[in-house]
Amino acid sequence: MSQGTEQWILVFCEQRDGVLKKVGFEALGAATRLAAPLKGSVAAVAIGAAVSPLAPDLAAHGASRVLLAEDTRLIHYSSEAYTAVLADIALRLNPFAILMGATAMGRDVAAKLAARLKGALIQDCIGLQMEGDGTLRATRPIYGGKLRAVVQATSSTFQVITLRPNVFEPAARRAAPDVQHESVPVPAIDPRTTATVREVQRVAGSKRELTEASIIVSGGRGLKAPEHFKLVEDLAEALDAAVGASRAAVDAGWKPHGYQVGLTGKTVSPQLYIACGISGAIQHQAGMSSARTIVAVNSNPNAPIFKLATYGIVGDLFEVLPLLTAEVKRHKAAS
Amino acid sequence: MKIVVCIKQVPATETKLVLLADGTDIDRAGLSLIVNPYDEFAVEEALQIKERFGAGEVTVLSLREHPLQKTEDALRTCLATGADKAILLSDPAFEGGDGFSAAVALAAALRRLGYDLLLFGKQAVDDDAAAVGIQVAELLGVPHVAVVNKLDVRPESRTVLAHRQIEGGLEVVEAPLPAVITCQKGLNEPRYPSLPGIMKAKQKPLEVWTRETLGVPADEVGRGGAKTRVIGVTPPPSRQAGRILSGDAATAVTELVRLLHEEVKLI
Repeated sequence: MSQGTEQWILVFCEQRDGVLKKVGFEALGAATRLAAPLKGSVAAVAIGAAVSPLAPDLAAHGASRVLLAEDTRLIHYSSEAYTAVLADIALRLNPFAILMGATAMGRDVAAKLAARLKGALIQDCIGLQMEGDGTLRATRPIYGGKLRAVVQATSSTFQVITLRPNVFEPAARRAAPDVQHESVPVPAIDPRTTATVREVQRVAGSKRELTEASIIVSGGRGLKAPEHFKLVEDLAEALDAAVGASRAAVDAGWKPHGYQVGLTGKTVSPQLYIACGISGAIQHQAGMSSARTIVAVNSNPNAPIFKLATYGIVGDLFEVLPLLTAEVKRHKAAS
Repeated sequence: MKIVVCIKQVPATETKLVLLADGTDIDRAGLSLIVNPYDEFAVEEALQIKERFGAGEVTVLSLREHPLQKTEDALRTCLATGADKAILLSDPAFEGGDGFSAAVALAAALRRLGYDLLLFGKQAVDDDAAAVGIQVAELLGVPHVAVVNKLDVRPESRTVLAHRQIEGGLEVVEAPLPAVITCQKGLNEPRYPSLPGIMKAKQKPLEVWTRETLGVPADEVGRGGAKTRVIGVTPPPSRQAGRILSGDAATAVTELVRLLHEEVKLI
């Protein structure tokens, strides 16, 4: 079923529990910008148990074609089923590039899909640039963010690209024009030969996901005791921010590993990162140095975090944090 | 139970990296090299599974992708912690590739070795792609569970039950064996090699396999099989020197909130 010579950028837009991830809109934005010089179009794919209601939102964010793989058996993510659906569509549309968010799901399905298509895989991109000759160059952090590599596909093969959340400008919302919605088949998956998600457990207490948050307040060893994390949480609450922790705080058992920002934890790119009592070792920097604005509060004026911070306050956390929380609240109440 | 752990040797995380003059790669001469930290969780898990069931064999497998890698050292370290034998894929034909061409070579070696369970680190801390384990699973036609921080192997039903970390929670995943598991921090506490372990490791078998051993075409591995090419490597743009807000705590805090509101427009 050939689609003629039309150039497609295919975007897999992840949903969980019927809610689209923000990074999907960012990927649609990146795709729209890539499509322009190619005179191409953007096709969005949603996969899940009930994805039809998501179609108008995808169309309103730049997709001129929305493909829905809907099957009641797909309540949970399935690496095999998602790969099969996307590979099927890729073989049909022969897209210039396949984009998705560099999330737990996106990174997983992208790797499998690229291997199935024998194509190029470029994970966790922070920049995409179209060259004059029509090749796509992607920039991605390597060595825990210590360096950046510019990567391109070796031949005109499928290229599967995951985008770091919070980096790409999302597609502007528009009045959705006439967009074709079409159902795509979900192949039967044999649980005897595939991995099956039996259940999803939510971690209590983590109101906002670190990798998706616009603002993160993180605490480290400078807090001195687990109960003092309350100071970080209060500030996060006032800012509507996610809470993070340094490796030192996690290793001390003050917070579970899911909170850890850094080399052996999560990599985040928020608009604002507030490091409280974190010295800023290279392992921590690996996880947060791409934040747009960094604020550091630390009693040690020589802490490496101050070399990275946009704004720094040298002072006692136990004095500064409550003042900051109060000032943020006062400011928000006044505006 | 035949367990194979795929490991990678990477530059030590605290090492200062220097770029080559042509800007295409880091200078690998004289680098301090370690076993990829996530691979240590994979090796430890394999050893614990073997100990739990009192039977089985743990093989470590690694690919030399650059002539200056001392991959034997990484494999000997794993033998010293308790792995039974090691396979090194070493051939100029394997060098200069990408994650996919590495996966092709590893998959060919694994077909030759045989396996019930394949363990990888969730990502190597050099190229940070978090892909090779998943791609090997796809090439071998076996299921995978990635980013696992809890693993329960059930030999009687030949299945595994794994906890996979996702945003804000976890997925409980069941998979039939053979399967690929990629290991995340939290899975276990890796042990250190003991002195007797280091002595014993010298006697343990370490085989070197070449492209010919695997019987894979030259254009499918290394540079020839790569689907991506690195055009250049650069340091990230340096951040502007930080501005320390002076004055007492109350003054600094007021100024910070003003800056965040007026200049960064975040509050």
